[in-house]
Amino acid sequence: MMILLPCAWCGPRDAAEFQHLGEVVPRPDPRTTTALQWRSYLYLRANPCGWTTETWYHRMGCRRFIKVERHTETNEIRAVFPAGAAG
Amino acid sequence: MTGDAMRLGPQPGEVIDRAARLRFTWNGKPYSGYAGDTIISALAAAGERVFSRSMKYHRPRGLLTAGFHDPGCMVQVGDEPNVRGAHRLVTDAMVVSSQNTWPSLRFDVKGANRLAGRFLGAGFYYKTFMRPQVLWPAYESVLRRFVNGGSVSADTPHILPEKRHAHPDVLVAGGGPAGMAAAIAAARAGASVLLVEEEHQLGGHLRWGGEADLATLADLAGQVAGEPGIEVLTDSVVLGRYDGNWIAVLERSPAGPMPGAAAERLIKARAKSLVVAPGLIERPYVIEGNDLPGVMLSTAVRRLINLYAVRPGERAVVLTANAEGDAAVADLKRAGVEVARVEDARLGGDVTAVKGRSGVRAVTVADGTTIGCDLLVTAVGWTAPTSLLNMSGNRPVYNPRAARFFPDVAGLPADVLVTGGIAGDGRLEELAGHAAATGAEAARRAAGVARARARAVPTREAGDPPPARDAAAGAVPVPDLPVDPHPELFIGKTHGMVDFSEDVSSKDLEGAVAEGFDSAELAKRFTTATMGPVQGKLETVNTVAVVARATGRSIADTGTTTWRPPYVPVTLGALAGQAHEPVRYSPMQPWHEAHDATPLIAGAWIRPDRYGDAAAEARNVREHVGIIDVTPIGKLDLRGPDVPKLLNLLYVNKWSKLEIGRVRYGVMCADDGVVLDDGVTGRLGEQHYLMSTTSSGAATVWEWVENWLQTEHPDWQVHVTPVTTAYASINVAGPRSRELLERITGGVDLANEAFPYMHVRTGTIAGVADSVLWRIGFTGELSYELHVPASYGLHVWETLLDRGADLGIAAFGVEAQRILRLEKGHFIVGQDTDGLTRAFSAGLDWAIKLDKDDFAGRPELAWQLEAGVAQKLVGLQPVDGTVVPEEASLIMDGSEIAGRITSSRMSPTLGRSICLAQVDAHLAEPGTVVMVRLPGGREIEARVMPQHAHVDPDGGRMRV
Repeated sequence: MMILLPCAWCGPRDAAEFQHLGEVVPRPDPRTTTALQWRSYLYLRANPCGWTTETWYHRMGCRRFIKVERHTETNEIRAVFPAGAAG
Repeated sequence: MTGDAMRLGPQPGEVIDRAARLRFTWNGKPYSGYAGDTIISALAAAGERVFSRSMKYHRPRGLLTAGFHDPGCMVQVGDEPNVRGAHRLVTDAMVVSSQNTWPSLRFDVKGANRLAGRFLGAGFYYKTFMRPQVLWPAYESVLRRFVNGGSVSADTPHILPEKRHAHPDVLVAGGGPAGMAAAIAAARAGASVLLVEEEHQLGGHLRWGGEADLATLADLAGQVAGEPGIEVLTDSVVLGRYDGNWIAVLERSPAGPMPGAAAERLIKARAKSLVVAPGLIERPYVIEGNDLPGVMLSTAVRRLINLYAVRPGERAVVLTANAEGDAAVADLKRAGVEVARVEDARLGGDVTAVKGRSGVRAVTVADGTTIGCDLLVTAVGWTAPTSLLNMSGNRPVYNPRAARFFPDVAGLPADVLVTGGIAGDGRLEELAGHAAATGAEAARRAAGVARARARAVPTREAGDPPPARDAAAGAVPVPDLPVDPHPELFIGKTHGMVDFSEDVSSKDLEGAVAEGFDSAELAKRFTTATMGPVQGKLETVNTVAVVARATGRSIADTGTTTWRPPYVPVTLGALAGQAHEPVRYSPMQPWHEAHDATPLIAGAWIRPDRYGDAAAEARNVREHVGIIDVTPIGKLDLRGPDVPKLLNLLYVNKWSKLEIGRVRYGVMCADDGVVLDDGVTGRLGEQHYLMSTTSSGAATVWEWVENWLQTEHPDWQVHVTPVTTAYASINVAGPRSRELLERITGGVDLANEAFPYMHVRTGTIAGVADSVLWRIGFTGELSYELHVPASYGLHVWETLLDRGADLGIAAFGVEAQRILRLEKGHFIVGQDTDGLTRAFSAGLDWAIKLDKDDFAGRPELAWQLEAGVAQKLVGLQPVDGTVVPEEASLIMDGSEIAGRITSSRMSPTLGRSICLAQVDAHLAEPGTVVMVRLPGGREIEARVMPQHAHVDPDGGRMRV
């Protein structure tokens, strides 16, 4: 993938500078989770053909984790924010 | 032999330098040419007409296009196979030979395949050599000798091609008149331009045109040279266009020093806009005998005559359907070739067959007459090389009026523009006008992209000016180009070759359709048409036309096959480039080298494995004192009020009550409960901690920590600094270690009561302030781990050795440390655990605190405790202590595999073999005797020990 990824801190950078960490999957509350919920969080991904929210790590740059809303078919990116931000 | 039998007098546009004679050999015989000649033009000037044998039928092949894509002109140059002979320039003393023609180009025994042609139809290989499958290796070894692949030598020198990154505003693919005009206009609009041309000069078809064309070319070339914003790359080609206009450009003969000969350079260009201006590629005509030497395209004869001053033959028949063919007739006459017949396809003229064996002898024309000649020139139409547009997601549309495909301009992405012959026809001025407007618009769009990217940088000040370009101006109007009518001429009245590289005929394609492969994509794969070295440049449209005719569909409905990158073949070396893999050494490396350390590659680090006898080094630690360089141990400096929260989250054990001056061992699991890393963390101050990780896990743990902090707990106040290489780390181990350190440590009371086991102090070591001392014991001895500022590492190391000489000090390496830690039963993450080892299986029951609300992996560990562990890490001793079972030896329960040895060594302290092993839970009870299957198959007995430690299980030696 050769896209430009707009880092929330550095602006548009070559995707090769980033590590792709996959879809954002919320971590269930470890005190109340069922095995099914927990293992869905660990292993199951929706892998949609369309909009998805994923985590990227600007490994060769600012070393910040970012959340990216990307269209998996067109590679269009409509939103980027720090990984810890709500949303 | 001279090189001049067919050489003409000076031509106005010739690219050869008659003052520079070059000598080379062709199949061992001497030839000559001029600087600027291609291999094939020089051979053609000498009167040679056969340059290779075709792949399947070994038919003689000559010159067809006189350019890079000429399928019959692949030759071997020295050690380099598959050289494009009609593109590569001759150099002095070049050694050129034909490929895989045995015993000679002229008498090729495999040419007998030709006689058996009806047995070698499409799919022949699939059908014939499929069964029995066991015979495939035998088939393959014979078939390989029939393949036209050249030969490589094992002695070819290793080359390290460079790569380059480029960030042009506008990249223009194609340096013909349209590309040049677009580049000039873009540069004048303020853009930086990379102008990429596949051939050796800019100019495209102007180069082989008449006086007016040459004058236009000189004018354009002058303007290009006058624009400092244009970088021109000739003999270079755009391989592919990817997301966000990431464009791969291959420089075939890069300027400047390159390590090794014949190296290509890959340029990774991120262009803000791309102008696609490749021109058009002339298409062969499909009739019987169309691959005989002496059948040439009109552009080929025009190139031969005008660029290289070579007469292409003696007596010609010309089939023309367009102005290029008409111009070829004029060129031929001027070059002294007798033009026996001109068949004008626009008036119903045609050529129906070509006769000859090793070259053209006669052709049959529309009225049935057979005309003796040695040259058939065809000008039947054009292929639009839409590769870069396909790669931009565009689907070209067939226009039957013009008999070629056109880009779907409306469907192009905003950052891809087209101009030149691929976009339409018209007079040169019309094309130049279209190109100039396109170039200016490309520059405008590039400026827009630049502004958008600049605005997307969050740290940019709001008032930062946009790039000083014509920001406000609206789109540059690009005029429409006319589309000239052209007869649809693809296949004649007889069957002929469609794919010259793969020897696929129109008959083969019809056969494929008859067998049910009735889409262009299927027929392509079944027959391998368009899949040879030329990759469809010459044969795609003819393939589509044959499939369309055979299926009764239109060409538009049939559609083209998909063009994918790379546009032309690229050497793997150019793609690979040079390895940029850092190697890490500790500051003590000079000492290790001076003392003959055996190097051990440990990830990015080179470490001393041993200096001599590792067992002796280990014994010395148990008896006296030893030092080991442990600089690669991962170290993270953690500061902030919320560090305890972080430690509680990442480690399975508890950290809330760690006092200042204490050190604790911790194990990290991932959320799947699998052991990720281990190490000790010490509290240096109120809000200051130093965490250590395994050497191999240093980078992973840092990113792991950052991920949790940034993603899950951005509100926690913790600042993480990786300090692995900021400190040199030395472990001082052995009963005399305290005595040694007392001699060189300042500001720290080393007495056991003042500085007990699992504590941390900061002080001065060998005069070096701000050093950290951890009292921990990976080796199982009284030991101190010293972390000193890296630049003083060697000084401290040498001071320790110097001051400890009378105490029996000796350096020890990684192997001795592995022996010592195995004696002590300390496991190594990744060796004694694996990607499935959850914490309870690693025997960490004592550390796991499930009463914590949360930590990484907690739910899985709770469930593991509930379900019981399937496997357990145990200490193990072979009953026969002289046998050291190899690591990864199997543990057997009857005929079932029930575990494996994870670590094993001969213990110098105990004088017997010792192991750690993962065994099935029912075998993990202390005292159980299990069977270990050695790699040779022999089984030995081994006893499960009550604990991991084989030496000093109570830990008394560490606490003295």
